[in-house]
Amino acid sequence: MKLTRIVEELKLTVKAAQGGLDREVRGGYASDLLSDVMANSREGDIWVTIQGHPNIVAIATLRDLAGIILANGRQPDADTLQRAEEEGVPILCSSLPTFEVVGRLYRLGIYGQG
Amino acid sequence: MEEKVLEWDYEINGKDFRNAGKVSSKVKEILKELGFDPDFVRRVAIASYEAEMNVVCHAERGVLHLTISPEELRIVVKDKGPGIQDIELAMQEGYSTASPEIREMGFGAGMGLPNIKKNVDKLNIASTVGEGTVVDMLIKPSSIREFG
Repeated sequence: MKLTRIVEELKLTVKAAQGGLDREVRGGYASDLLSDVMANSREGDIWVTIQGHPNIVAIATLRDLAGIILANGRQPDADTLQRAEEEGVPILCSSLPTFEVVGRLYRLGIYGQG
Repeated sequence: MEEKVLEWDYEINGKDFRNAGKVSSKVKEILKELGFDPDFVRRVAIASYEAEMNVVCHAERGVLHLTISPEELRIVVKDKGPGIQDIELAMQEGYSTASPEIREMGFGAGMGLPNIKKNVDKLNIASTVGEGTVVDMLIKPSSIREFG
């Protein structure tokens, strides 16, 4: 599924890297611990977190993630947006809590494994 | 025939969270350019990132030295910092000495060194309290890679 479809279905606000929305999402991962995401996420995953600092972009780049959803109304830092634009990592925002975001992704057919 | 070896040095600044991860991104770019397989690049990126973040979170400054030969890749991260008091304890998943501020950012989960260990073929850590730490990692690709 393309990231654009997820943006539409979950009514996400696109904060950075609009150009990256054409990317295919292969699965999902949710965590606020960066080492956990580094170790356990997979290429093409959409990542749901409440961390908004610039280091999330580094993780997404290193792990080739499809994009980042900031849950619970969290807003990215200005530095995060700048870096996300540079690296082409889409940053998407939702007012829903992580549990709800993940539930809706699952309903769309975005799974954590397999 | 003389074996070709490529080497790079990158500086890492302690507490510089703004640029954290950039050195590992460089390492990853180099490997992709050299045409290493994605699984190998993934393993190196994880190990490199965790070692880089250890310097950012705990030390004053450090240097990442990358050596690539056709048979293996070696990353040595040497820092000037507080050192590790008990390396065995530091290797335990979940153990961390990170400050509350660092933990709030999602670091300091006590997964750094265990993550490195899982992704490298050989790991050696030498540390002197009050002086610094050297993390020496050896990672072998699944097949020998020729590069020009």
